[in-house]
Amino acid sequence: MEIVLAIGIGVLTASGVWLILRPRTFQLIVGLSLMSYAVNLFIYATGRLQIDEAPVIEQGAAVPLADPLPQALALTAIVISFAMTALLLVVLLASRGLTGTDHVDGEEP
Amino acid sequence: MIALPWTDHLIVAPIILPLAASGLMLLIKERHIRAKRAIAAVTISAMLAIALVLLHGAATAPAGGGAAIRTYLLGNWPAPFGIVLVLDRLSALMLAITSLLGFTSSLYATARWDQAGPRFHALLLLQLMGINGAFLTGDLFNLFVFFEVLLAASYGLLLHGSSTPRIKAALHYIAINVATSLLFLIGMGLIYAATGTLNMAHLAVRIHAIPDGDRMILDAGAAILGLAFLVKAGMWPLSFWLPKAYSAASAPVAALFAILSKVGIYAVLRVSLLVFTPGISSDAYFASFWLLFGGLATIAFATIGVLSSKTLSGIAAYSLMISSGTLLATIGARDGAVVAGALFYLVSSTLGVSAFYLLIELVQRGEIDDDALAPVTEPVFDDEYTGAVEGSDDAEIGVVIPGTIALLGGGFMFCALVLAGMPPLSGFISKFAIINGLLGSSGAIPMSTWILLTLMIVSGLAILVATTRAGIDYIWTPSNQAQAPLRISEAIPVGVLVAVCLGLLVFAAPVMRYMEQTTRSLADRSNYSSTILQAPRVQSAGDPL
Repeated sequence: MEIVLAIGIGVLTASGVWLILRPRTFQLIVGLSLMSYAVNLFIYATGRLQIDEAPVIEQGAAVPLADPLPQALALTAIVISFAMTALLLVVLLASRGLTGTDHVDGEEP
Repeated sequence: MIALPWTDHLIVAPIILPLAASGLMLLIKERHIRAKRAIAAVTISAMLAIALVLLHGAATAPAGGGAAIRTYLLGNWPAPFGIVLVLDRLSALMLAITSLLGFTSSLYATARWDQAGPRFHALLLLQLMGINGAFLTGDLFNLFVFFEVLLAASYGLLLHGSSTPRIKAALHYIAINVATSLLFLIGMGLIYAATGTLNMAHLAVRIHAIPDGDRMILDAGAAILGLAFLVKAGMWPLSFWLPKAYSAASAPVAALFAILSKVGIYAVLRVSLLVFTPGISSDAYFASFWLLFGGLATIAFATIGVLSSKTLSGIAAYSLMISSGTLLATIGARDGAVVAGALFYLVSSTLGVSAFYLLIELVQRGEIDDDALAPVTEPVFDDEYTGAVEGSDDAEIGVVIPGTIALLGGGFMFCALVLAGMPPLSGFISKFAIINGLLGSSGAIPMSTWILLTLMIVSGLAILVATTRAGIDYIWTPSNQAQAPLRISEAIPVGVLVAVCLGLLVFAAPVMRYMEQTTRSLADRSNYSSTILQAPRVQSAGDPL
């Protein structure tokens, strides 16, 4: 379980980093999205991995429990990165419209 | 139910007030610009008044103990579990600067910039809300949330007046900041994994009981989190985006952005002083080492940048980087007296850069076509009003005030002296306080301190050379173009900022005393933690606890 998650986060991050270093705006936005998926999984993993456990338990119930805080954090982070991606998409389209190129510098090298 | 005294609710007002006002503004059509201006003026004046009340409260609180640290439990949950707002001397000071810059930028924008695109005032208020929230929050995750709020608003403000260079700059700015936010989240996640808490006060307690095996996770988390803050603060080599983005922004926006890099500095200061307690491990040394040398590199890079700038906005952006670098290096040098001087320098340089950004647009107005103002894109919103705003014709007939050039020249010289740190203005006093603190510490003075001193003096000289050169070009040399009229609403903000700088000079002793108290209370970590963790809840009738 841990190894699958670790490899998943690693592959997503590596692909994201490679993509944001590419020169096209579309690659940039896909790269940032992939990286935000990786980060959300990572936050989720910081509460330790538990399978089939309740996040909120009764007083005195047995541990282990799934840590609820990282889940709440991941939820907030998802919403924020979604909004930022939408905004970036608008700027990307405006840049494409005004400069006539999809290069991140607004001009072909 | 026993209610809180109303003065306690003032702590949350710097966040609630701009949020509510900007929401209200979205309901008003874009052509009623006067109504929006009125709402913005009332809100920001109220925020400024509240910030000054809070600052006064912090300044008059008894020096020892937790008297100056006030908490506000949102949702009435006890401190490490719920969200807590913390107002101490440092946050009160930063709130006051933010409200002041918001006031001047908003007033300046009413002259013409707020008509260059839609929703200017709403975005400005959201920006202020995010900055205030970042200064007030007591836990790392809400610091992230408020960082995102202020960044989202800053994207909108940077794009305000959407011309091609602005959109190009904004694309880079947004991409870098989205990536930085991911770093922030990773660092925060690692810190949570190691300590099990995100409340900064709780963190300062928990950090003493970390098992050795988890120490490495905490160190890695803190380093990644620090990286995210340093991108915001503009430390070399993470700062290549800064001059471009700030130069592309319209004048009132750039003037407000002067505080944005200081939010990064604030976060570095808060987290490093609270979390990296000297004596626990080598973390403290690790962090201060990188801050010191990163700061030195930033000053060196920005000094060269200032000398090579061909535009006034370039000079302003690199001056901002010099001030960031000086602050980071002095925080890294880590000495009580130095932090007090650094805080003084922070206030003085932020106000100086902000006034400079407002001035350079006035100075350059004759040189730049008014095309920059005209929106190049089609309206985005249905109610967006691109025609002439009613009643603005009267305002356009500005009289060329006799002596405009003298006023501008005087202001320009004043700002240049504040930024360069030349006597007799506030820039000099703050730099003097830093140098005095650096040399006053007992024991041998390390080589790095001498390098820092040299760089501080050389960078001041570089700013002076660059601004003199630019001043001769823009102000002294007779221009064949008619001087554009200077409006009262543009002159007042610059005047206010300059007056506050002068006030810092005249009342240097009480200001310095406040900074020293701030430094002492920042250094007193256990007091900070215990005050926040024992913050009393509001008791109500049916409350089981």
